[in-house]
Amino acid sequence: MKGRRFIYKRVLYYVIISLLALFALIPFFWMLSTSLKETNALTTIPIQWLPEKVSFSAYTELFTVFPFTRSILNSLFISVVGTFISVMSSAMAAYVFGKIEFKGREVLFTFYLATMMIPGNLLMIPNYLTLRSMGLLDSLVGVLLPSFFNAFGTFLLRQNIKSLPNSFIEAAVIDGASRIKVFFKIILPLVKPAVTTVTVLTFMGNWNAYLWPLIVLTSKENMTLTVGLSLLNGQYGTDYNLLMAGAIISIIPMIVVYAFSQKHIEVGFNVGSLK
Amino acid sequence: MLISLNKRRKRFEILFFLAPSLFGLILFQLIPFGNSLYLSLTDWDVLSDANFIGLQNYSDILRSSEFWKVLSNTFYFIILYIPGIIIVSLGLASLLNVNAPGKKFFRVVFYIPVLTSWVAAALLWRWLLSPYYGPINEILSFFGLTGPSWLYDKNWAMPGIVIASLWKDMGYFGLIFLSALQSIDKTYYEAARMDGASSLKVFFKITLPMISPTMFFVTIISIINSFQLFPQVMIMTEGGPFGSTQVMVERIYSYAFDYYKMGYASAFSWILFVFIFIATVVQLYFQKRWVHYEG
Repeated sequence: MKGRRFIYKRVLYYVIISLLALFALIPFFWMLSTSLKETNALTTIPIQWLPEKVSFSAYTELFTVFPFTRSILNSLFISVVGTFISVMSSAMAAYVFGKIEFKGREVLFTFYLATMMIPGNLLMIPNYLTLRSMGLLDSLVGVLLPSFFNAFGTFLLRQNIKSLPNSFIEAAVIDGASRIKVFFKIILPLVKPAVTTVTVLTFMGNWNAYLWPLIVLTSKENMTLTVGLSLLNGQYGTDYNLLMAGAIISIIPMIVVYAFSQKHIEVGFNVGSLK
Repeated sequence: MLISLNKRRKRFEILFFLAPSLFGLILFQLIPFGNSLYLSLTDWDVLSDANFIGLQNYSDILRSSEFWKVLSNTFYFIILYIPGIIIVSLGLASLLNVNAPGKKFFRVVFYIPVLTSWVAAALLWRWLLSPYYGPINEILSFFGLTGPSWLYDKNWAMPGIVIASLWKDMGYFGLIFLSALQSIDKTYYEAARMDGASSLKVFFKITLPMISPTMFFVTIISIINSFQLFPQVMIMTEGGPFGSTQVMVERIYSYAFDYYKMGYASAFSWILFVFIFIATVVQLYFQKRWVHYEG
């Protein structure tokens, strides 16, 4: 009897979780299916769940109607360089806040953290104007500049660096090693897991960023993938095969990153939620 | 002599390490924070010089019917979204908390929407919700239901955006609930089972009270996020139809970068900031109390 009840429960369990999984996956199935259709197959009644004729024309068209390769490269550039700047800058600050004593340190650190309360939407207008006065509008460098400050990364790395044993860091400093050397040779290697977490999260954030690059970048040649997709949407708003092909291309790097660093991403998001 | 040299070296090194983040902090956080406040008190429109007009922008916004409409749209989103996201993500977490084969696979499945950019997700959902050519209404018609026109209907556009948001966020909040569930001491459950409590009773008497801090946290974060809806609205509806999905950030963006009313848009963003600030303070206050309570 008990065995049968267990089986019923299991069946019910898989029915419910599969329904939820369908809710998560059907949209992606539809995305893929649409991207493989020709334009005239988009508006048939009834709809074609699977394309009657599989065609890759949407993918090839994507690269001809829009400098798509360029926007992929721009996105890569912003994600890689922006992440490097952000992680280095926050790791350096985290070392100071975690290990180097000086007067006013805690006040300054509180200041760093307090900025997390300022929404990015408040800063976008004045930051746009700053770039404008610097002549950096419509440039990738302009998009990158705010990356120098990353309160969340600083906070997370500081927690890790603070918990490192003082003894051999101090010993190295007393032995005459500069703190710069200590930072690169001792600190960074010891907090590698936390650095990886911040790196992956920042990379994903940069790759998927929309509002800030949308404001800064205006010419087709400078657009990132997200901004390019939304521009494409403005021009080819009903050519969903084109839009879905672009969307799929934009997701692939994220899936790859996730496949290699699932633990880091999930741990990081949880820490992020407790900040 | 040696000590002062060391001190100077230390000072130099501290500056060296803080320089990049201070550059970002000052130039892209502090100065713009002040600038934004100043701008909100002017009528600057990029083309002509800025005039100081005091609180004129604020009173204009608060007296416009548009602002109250935007606010009520936001609350409508919140009222639909928050119960939805709590039920879906807590349900998801409970399912993933069961020790059954395939758990890892499902965990990945629910996470893919979280990895997707909002731009891609919003394009996808606009297409999914297409009244005639989209699969959602096709599925509804399979069950004999006639689906609404979704994003083209002022009563259904916001629910459409809510569904897309639930889809996108459920994996994220699901994992947060999952780690809350996993941190509950197993002995509570064993004791309850010994007393013969039903699983429904166990859920309401043990699980729910134990995860209430997480529930509270998810609620506050969702409220903060709801006030800052942007890409889904921008791409799915552009605020339409008939302004039924206009929300704050979309308005701010439009005033600033379509009409160049920088002063007005800045004042709008300060009003938004006040809402977010209140939510954040509430969260910090209760978070502290809960930590004390548990300790």
